[in-house]
Amino acid sequence: MTNAYVPLAAPSVVANPKTDILATPPKMSARNLDFYYDGFHALKGINLDIAERQITALIGPSGCGKSTLLRIFNRIYAIYPKLTAQGEVLLDGENILDPKYSLNRLRGRVGMVFQKPVPFPMSIYENIAYAIRHYEKLSKADLDVRVEQALVQGALWNEVKDKLKQSALGLSGGQQQRLCIARAVALKPDVLLLDEPTSALDPIATGKIEQLVAELKEHYTIAIVTHNMQQAARCSDYTAFMYLGELIEFGATDRLFTKPAKQQTEDYITGRFG
Amino acid sequence: MNAPVSEHIVKSYDAELQRLTQEIQRMGDLALAELEASIDAVVKRDSEAAEIVVGSDGAIDALELEVSHDVVQLLVARAPMARDLREVMAALRIASDIERIGDYAANVAKRAISLNQLAPVKPVHALPRLAELAGELLRDVLDAYRDRDADAALLAWARDEELDELYTSLFRELLTYMMEDPRNITASTHLLFMAKNIERIGDHATNIAENVYYLVHGSRIGQIRRKGDATASTVLHGPAAD
Amino acid sequence: MSAGTVADHLYRRRRLANQLALTLATAATLFGVFWLIWILWTALSFGIGAMKWDLFTQMTPPPGSDGGLLNAFAGSLIMCLGAILIGTPIGIAAGTYLAEFTGRSRLGETIRFFNDILLSAPSIVLGLFIYELVVHQVGHFSAIAGALALALIVLPVVVRTTDEMLKLVPGQMREAALSLGVPQWKVTMQVLFRSALPGIVTGVLLALARISGETAPLLFTALNNQYWTTDLNAPMASIPVVIFQYAMSPYESWQQLAWAGAFVVTIFVLLLSLVSRAILLRNKVRND
Repeated sequence: MTNAYVPLAAPSVVANPKTDILATPPKMSARNLDFYYDGFHALKGINLDIAERQITALIGPSGCGKSTLLRIFNRIYAIYPKLTAQGEVLLDGENILDPKYSLNRLRGRVGMVFQKPVPFPMSIYENIAYAIRHYEKLSKADLDVRVEQALVQGALWNEVKDKLKQSALGLSGGQQQRLCIARAVALKPDVLLLDEPTSALDPIATGKIEQLVAELKEHYTIAIVTHNMQQAARCSDYTAFMYLGELIEFGATDRLFTKPAKQQTEDYITGRFG
Repeated sequence: MNAPVSEHIVKSYDAELQRLTQEIQRMGDLALAELEASIDAVVKRDSEAAEIVVGSDGAIDALELEVSHDVVQLLVARAPMARDLREVMAALRIASDIERIGDYAANVAKRAISLNQLAPVKPVHALPRLAELAGELLRDVLDAYRDRDADAALLAWARDEELDELYTSLFRELLTYMMEDPRNITASTHLLFMAKNIERIGDHATNIAENVYYLVHGSRIGQIRRKGDATASTVLHGPAAD
Repeated sequence: MSAGTVADHLYRRRRLANQLALTLATAATLFGVFWLIWILWTALSFGIGAMKWDLFTQMTPPPGSDGGLLNAFAGSLIMCLGAILIGTPIGIAAGTYLAEFTGRSRLGETIRFFNDILLSAPSIVLGLFIYELVVHQVGHFSAIAGALALALIVLPVVVRTTDEMLKLVPGQMREAALSLGVPQWKVTMQVLFRSALPGIVTGVLLALARISGETAPLLFTALNNQYWTTDLNAPMASIPVVIFQYAMSPYESWQQLAWAGAFVVTIFVLLLSLVSRAILLRNKVRND
């Protein structure tokens, strides 16, 4: 393979440099990333590559820092006081933690979907259009096209095309979450961050989201935080296991879940954590 | 990575995995006993004993079904990962190997009944030696499974070569014996198949060794072994007609 | 005593305690509701008798003669609306500041504390305050002073509800909007307010209900006016003050008018409460 990159994670973290090689170049990379929450050292020296147009899962017990890491990738943490990140997070080689990197630009390129489906209290159409309008001045016709595109990409179009003017709050939980994904992809970002996107959904809605994520992989680089190990094993190409703010192991998902290299990873994924 | 495996948070998970291991061990014990009894029946020309062996194979088959059922249950309920997944996969594969071993042992016993209706032939003496070696192999891999000992499994795996060589020499002996006197052909053919069955038992024992190795290390034994069974290419020329 | 009888004994004791507590709670509720119904009943029975069309067409009469309450209704309406117009924007702005920009910080909690004091301050104190600040300085009573005094009652209610309602908006909605790159002020105005609006409107309606019955702050500020006026710089009549004055008078016709006024105010407040409840309920159902 000509386009093969050894992932950035420190050698001791990458278990098998042979099988854990990234199939595509890294889109985002954390470099010596430390994060402090009001003095608490929440992330310790994270080095991690998120491969382009691949799905990278972040797993680990509650409080391990996986969500925190995700929330650094679009600097959403910055809305709260007393949180500081040190080190670098590179997006196409540019450090997004640099204060000169505009938040507007960053968030247009890195979209995020949250645990709880949070449609805005507007119509289905407006939910999508609202985000687009902020970035582009489009004619009504162009906007209509963009909204449709986003809803098609969010696998929601067929279900809502006849009720675009209705409140988004009337949709089911699973539909709301797909609307949130559509809203995020409407901005045509490069990276999509999913923070436990199915933890509030039933298995059928979860299945639809997983199918959607698999389809979105064609266009977007995806990082997903999940508590559901089977979901990580099903959906992702690479998996990073984090524990107590450290990246313990990173590797190809099929390798990591059948043959983890670290005892901590083994204990966690087999349900032996004390 | 042969660390003593710590307990799962869910205790019943441990119990289920343990039950699986116990079922496999029970199957192994039964298969070993079946092999020994079938050879005993050959040596003692005891057709009744051979009948008993043939009849007892059902117990192993039943246990294999049990293992399959438990494996399916485990997969559904626990969705095992990593070492647990390999435990379950290995159990499923090993159970099917042992089941085949049981079938081969029963085959030996079946042929013993036919053999007993014929006049004794000399090469019979070589069969117990072959079966003994196969039995040792099987015992070693079962011990390796019990101890989750990949090194012991690897040793046993390498010893299959000995069995193959012994089988090849018996093959030659039987061919020679048949050529000497065509009246020996019926008995010798039975013996040949019995020897082949025992050799196959050795092959399944090596499969078990490979699965033990996979269980422990999560990787395959490298394909380095050269085959000791040369009978496929063995050609004996009859005494030249003067 | 066997284990079974111990359990039985325990169960009987708990059931007894449960029944006792339930009985006491029911009695307390009935006690409260009894007075409430009596008050309502009195206002309604006396009020309905005094209801007539003149109420809405005639001015307040001199002692002993017939008349209506038109000037008082108009005055109440003007001053209440004035108070809402002054109190609501300031209250919403302050509540938004509290919820969105100070959070749980010391400054935020301090402001909340003082707001709560204002919320529970006796309304007569607020009236005196405006008397000192406006009436005394200007030299005469006025509708503006009355509206200001009422606005001081509206303000803490709106601050509180805006703060609470914005805090009820899920944090993830805030994050979802911000993660689209939309700046915070736009997120607050366009997304969060939309979500909190029913709650805020309810708060404003409840504040309106409260001030439409307030007498004390108006006594020192708007005073009263027997005649029709829309001059904000002049004393102005209002329903509560008229009720206060007429109910204590010895004249039969004035007492009748006081009952009529009480009846109208009661119905008005009742309706406002129902409307605000309906708004909250509808919003709750939609969100579930």
